[in-house]
Amino acid sequence: MQSDGAAVAGPLGIAPEGGEVTSRTDGKNLFWDDVRHSKRAVGGFAVVLLLVLFCFVGPLIYRANTIAVNLNNANLPPGSGHPLGTDEYGIDILGRLMVGGQSSLELGFAVAIASTVIGALYGAISGMLGGVADAFLMRIVDTLLAVPTFILLIIVSSMFVLSLTTIILLLTLLSWPYVCRLVRAQVLSLRTREFVQASTAMGSTRMRILFRHMVPNTFNIFIVTATFAVADSIYALSALSFLGLGPPPPFADWGTMLTDGVNDLFDGYPWEVYPALIVLVITVLAFRQIGDALNDIASARSTR
Amino acid sequence: MTWFLVRRVGQSVAVIIGVMILTFILVHLEPGSTAKAVLGLKATPARIALFNDTYGLNRPLPVQFWLYCDHVLHGNFGISYVAGQPVSTLIAQRLPRDAVLLGISTLLALIIGIPMGVYQAMHHGTVRDDIVAGTWFTLYSAPDFMEALLLIAVFSVHFHLLQPNFPGGISSVGGLFTDPNALILPVVVLAINSVAGFSQYMRSSAIEELAQDYIRTARAKGLAERLILTRHLLRNALLPIITILGLSLPDIVAGAVIAEAIFNFPGMGLLFWQSALAHDFPVMLGATLIIGVATVAGNLAADIAYGVLDPRIRHAV
Repeated sequence: MQSDGAAVAGPLGIAPEGGEVTSRTDGKNLFWDDVRHSKRAVGGFAVVLLLVLFCFVGPLIYRANTIAVNLNNANLPPGSGHPLGTDEYGIDILGRLMVGGQSSLELGFAVAIASTVIGALYGAISGMLGGVADAFLMRIVDTLLAVPTFILLIIVSSMFVLSLTTIILLLTLLSWPYVCRLVRAQVLSLRTREFVQASTAMGSTRMRILFRHMVPNTFNIFIVTATFAVADSIYALSALSFLGLGPPPPFADWGTMLTDGVNDLFDGYPWEVYPALIVLVITVLAFRQIGDALNDIASARSTR
Repeated sequence: MTWFLVRRVGQSVAVIIGVMILTFILVHLEPGSTAKAVLGLKATPARIALFNDTYGLNRPLPVQFWLYCDHVLHGNFGISYVAGQPVSTLIAQRLPRDAVLLGISTLLALIIGIPMGVYQAMHHGTVRDDIVAGTWFTLYSAPDFMEALLLIAVFSVHFHLLQPNFPGGISSVGGLFTDPNALILPVVVLAINSVAGFSQYMRSSAIEELAQDYIRTARAKGLAERLILTRHLLRNALLPIITILGLSLPDIVAGAVIAEAIFNFPGMGLLFWQSALAHDFPVMLGATLIIGVATVAGNLAADIAYGVLDPRIRHAV
């Protein structure tokens, strides 16, 4: 860990100017070095790790009924046998929390990766092309940004019967424009920089400039948006399920557990509401915290 | 400035055409035929053919798109499958109610958020700033329905102070105020979601302005801190908030769907949600078009207002 400390300042002992990445390994070391020293980022990562363990390893240790309806056990308060109680179908809440979290986390990571790849490439290509092509490509992005993601999500979810895969595809389709705009703006400014012009003068192909210079130099941007995308898509799925428009049962996620939240509160079953609410908030908060910390690091590095 | 205006309006028109193409595509994505959806699954082929002929559904797609644009521009968004009324009527009834709800909550959010942001900027880097920032960050990150559920748990279930359900049968905008008690929770939930954004933008904008020379000059000539804040700082630091107001419209709309669904508030959000549950596509697509146009208009207005209010902004290019 400490051995690469000397490499941080670069071969000449000078940090690269303006957040520019001199070579791949060097730049990543600088960035991740700052990340390792950020309490918020490290804390966020720790919480995410715990959540992953809870959702994916938890069910191996804590075995409970998370599918079969058992009305004899319905609405049991937290106590022996059911640490967090049971819901109105007699399903163990702790067990459901773990299983529900699996789909939320899988969705979050999948959407973040897919939308970042699509958005970053689209934005970089659009920015490099410039001119009429860029203007046309950006109006497509503007159109998708003009209609709130959540509204489009609701429309499509009422047209088709959803599954986890279709929701991942849908959210990817709706999330990439956000990454795209930021990456394009960065590419537009990179295009005029000396090292890119030098590369062009030396006869680099557009492909080489795209993958060798543009993509690595926008890394700081899309790592931040990717983290926010995890939080946003987990939230979007839970809101959709909360409104009763998510994938049909037996699909479980934290939002579905809250669909009857208002009624549960009035009927005196608060334990059916709070656990899912708390895990959901912790998850979204952890990813936002990481994103925020990475954003601070990235912007501090670019103004350094 | 003129060239900037022309360019910006041109872009907005292009985006609005884009939104129309998008809703048109969505109309045709709908599984099964429109005729069957309207006439029922047992409709005879002859009736379906007649329906398709009447509504131009058997014409080539470009012609259909032209007809669709023609209808939309004449304020015809189709007929709701469920209510049997024109979509434009349903939307026109609800838009003013949303203007009231979203107007009050946004105003409340600004009244709380702006002083909060300035306070944080004044105490920038201290524990006080961290505490306020942390609180808003948590509330902002938490799902919209969390605040709603928690407020209901405290004020409705526990203390029986506020009702969580808007009374039904409201027919006019004035009717919203017959029971002001019922307005409190929806307004507060929507405001909480906006305050976080407003106060954090206000904070960073005020921190930037506080470092400027004119503030130092004002302090050096012995101006009271209160006057520095109101006369010098606020005027300059408020500018970015105008842009944020225009840009936050999509978030406000998404929040409204959830809040209206929870509190049974008779606005566009509730209409949209109920249409989604009932697969009432004409209503959903009509509403989407309106929201899209409102968003584009909001962004444009924010851009123009920014240019007009801040003479330093020179819209070159």
